[in-house]
Amino acid sequence: MQYINFKIGGQAGYGIMVTGKMFAKTCMRQGWSVFCYTEYPSLIHGGHNTYQVYANKESAHSQKADIQTLIALDEVTIKENTRELIHGGIIIYDSSHVTLKEKRGDVEYIDLPMIEISKEICGSELMKDTIALGAALALYQAHFPVLEQVIKNTFHGKAEEMIKQNIEAAKRGYEYVTQKDNSKFFDIKLNKIEGVNNRILITGNEAIGLGALAAGCKFYAAYPMTPATAILHFLAANEREYDLVVKQAEDEISVINMAIGASFAGVRSMCATSGGGFALMNETLGFAAISEIPLVIVEAQRTGPATGLPTWSGQAELLYAIHASHGEFLRVVIAPGDVKESYEATIHAFNLADKYQLPVILLTDKYNVESPCSVEEFDAENVKIDRGMLMTQKELDSIKDFKRYEITKTGISPRSIPGQRNGIYQANSDEHDEYGYSTENADMRNKMMEKRYIKLEALKKELPEPKIYGNKNANKTILCWGSTKLTVLEALKELDDVRVIHIQYIFPFPSEFIKKSIDPKSTIIIEGNQTAQLQQLIRQQTGIYIKKTLLKYDGRPFYPEEIIKALK
Amino acid sequence: MSDLNIKNFETKICPTWCPGCGNYSIWVAVRQALVNLNIKPHEVAFTFDIGCNSNGANFLHGYICHALHGRALPPAEAIRLANHKLKAIIAFGGDGGGFGIGIGHFIHACRRNIDILYLTHDNQIYGLTAGQTSPTSEKGFKTKSTPFGNPEEPINPPALALSSEATWVARGFAGEIQHLTSLIEQGIKHPGFAHLDVFQPCVTFNKINTFEWFRSIVYKLEETDYLPNDKKKAWEKAWELNEKLPIGIFYEEKKETYKDHLPQLQNEALVEKKLSDVNLTKAMAEFK
Repeated sequence: MQYINFKIGGQAGYGIMVTGKMFAKTCMRQGWSVFCYTEYPSLIHGGHNTYQVYANKESAHSQKADIQTLIALDEVTIKENTRELIHGGIIIYDSSHVTLKEKRGDVEYIDLPMIEISKEICGSELMKDTIALGAALALYQAHFPVLEQVIKNTFHGKAEEMIKQNIEAAKRGYEYVTQKDNSKFFDIKLNKIEGVNNRILITGNEAIGLGALAAGCKFYAAYPMTPATAILHFLAANEREYDLVVKQAEDEISVINMAIGASFAGVRSMCATSGGGFALMNETLGFAAISEIPLVIVEAQRTGPATGLPTWSGQAELLYAIHASHGEFLRVVIAPGDVKESYEATIHAFNLADKYQLPVILLTDKYNVESPCSVEEFDAENVKIDRGMLMTQKELDSIKDFKRYEITKTGISPRSIPGQRNGIYQANSDEHDEYGYSTENADMRNKMMEKRYIKLEALKKELPEPKIYGNKNANKTILCWGSTKLTVLEALKELDDVRVIHIQYIFPFPSEFIKKSIDPKSTIIIEGNQTAQLQQLIRQQTGIYIKKTLLKYDGRPFYPEEIIKALK
Repeated sequence: MSDLNIKNFETKICPTWCPGCGNYSIWVAVRQALVNLNIKPHEVAFTFDIGCNSNGANFLHGYICHALHGRALPPAEAIRLANHKLKAIIAFGGDGGGFGIGIGHFIHACRRNIDILYLTHDNQIYGLTAGQTSPTSEKGFKTKSTPFGNPEEPINPPALALSSEATWVARGFAGEIQHLTSLIEQGIKHPGFAHLDVFQPCVTFNKINTFEWFRSIVYKLEETDYLPNDKKKAWEKAWELNEKLPIGIFYEEKKETYKDHLPQLQNEALVEKKLSDVNLTKAMAEFK
């Protein structure tokens, strides 16, 4: 075994998320790669919540099925998650609170008196998860001072007494195992990997937030909606330090109209939501397109239709994102595959929106945006800001007859902002002429439709091609998009003669690349929806029909084990 | 610029409103108010939605965001947050878009107190779709969509604005251009959200609430001893709906605006902020 696979489960309100994150950070600070996967129902107290940490010395792309250590804070966890343990796995529980109805013969049980110890420390049960955390890390012979520092950082700003109690709690759990259960130590040790520093543990949401800051986003509007809400929290917390305005609006219709208003006024602006909120934004999406106002929209998919499974994941909105809103217009759809791509794609989205004066949709999902993983720190200092044809006052002064919607070869026209002299125009939701005045003239209508669409030519050349992973000459190909990349790359570690093609820049569709790179007979499409939307899209765009698919639409991400099985 | 006049705010497009439409006088009053305040066309941003009034987007010279039906307010609010140095931001709506599909935006704009003027062209009917009952149509009003009489009570715009914490609430009448011009000037000058509902008779589809009808029923608050500084009295005035209809300022209050809560907007405008060379160290600290 070269990896650690840990899970903690219990009711919401037990501190599952904080405890899981502290386990992950302890691994990360020792130089290990970490991927965390969380599951939680749509409620605030109770329910069944889990936080899984997969840590690997080399790389950790996704969660894995075979759990080694399970902290069961309640009986539901025993019932739901015991079957996930490997032979020789360990369950940490407290028999004063959790009754075992039946035991697995091939699994070790550690009856840790968490509640009793917690009461000794702070007079209540509050510390029980931290005690269990110490015990779990002891099984991997973790270096305790690393955990101690993680606890100090996690509770920084809280009462000194509380931090002390948490450290004491972790220590008691740690010592319980090292003194009484050291025979149960795993073979694998959480030792320090030298030379790996500067890592952070972040989710896709946080990566998108950091990307927005790095790109000079100055206006962010949102209405709370899982799983995109954390972008709102992150940017709101940073708005004063980073000089932006974060606005929670009355609904998603207002959100997108505000984002457009701010962009019209000249600031880089973004909004984010999930499928339901995106549906409310749809009419206005076309306004951004026809008035050629740059706009970045994050659409973090959850499981629909309607309210569906509100806290679960899926990839059922690919064709929706590509076609959303009435009428025909160009938009860019980018589906980042991990946190690093989420950060970079966000920055790129702002440049594309400004340069081509159109809406750019970042299509992601709960799995990417809410799964914390380790990544190298981001460096924003060399980020290139490209505002396209946004005119300076000097440039406007030199133009005799300013036409905001001037028909050009590239379809891109000079853009002015309110306050500038000689740049007055109308950003019009009606079809319009080169100045922005409404027109129903057939010739002008055609010219404007063609002007807006011809941007496709340059866009196609600029958008990066899909990326190939694994043995480039392999006989079998896995084709995927968005966050499915995570699990596919983890599976690839155990697959021979397989390469992966991941499509991030998915619309305009990379037809030429697919035509030259794909043999449909040896290719399988893996995606998180019922109707194989990528398969449909490829057929529509290239005529190529790829028959073999692996699909999933139960709200859960793929597991590498499922992919390995499907490929063998 | 002493030679600024209302022609500076005209475009080459000839207005297409019906002859006698109340929109003409509002068009004149808006331009005159801007001239009186010495605001130049490039220093103002207008937002429009969709409706008869918003065809005016083509007749008014200034930076214009001509949004979708009922959505004039959200872009106007964001333009103000993006650039608080613009001399005026005026959002135009109608009783259909503004109090029907877009009423949520109105209530929230009132309580948000962002510094814009919202002018609603209130003709108690949907004009551009050729005559249906609107949210401000009288109960019993017969239209193509309510041939047996409108069964619903009308929205009361000033009362709604007051109950939603608007800090400047007024009503004008398109038949009183000078009075209207003065209200627009005061609304622009008011720091915070100013709502001006304007009786604007539809000469084609509304044969009840006509110019003559309004002329016979409106009176100016300024010509009485009414002072617009008491919310309770303003509330009573807003409900004076029977024999006489007051026009003028119902209520005015100096209160911190939305911007006052944002230290990042105390000096340079958002649009003036530097974009490049961001240092992410502080934002990443919690993830280490």
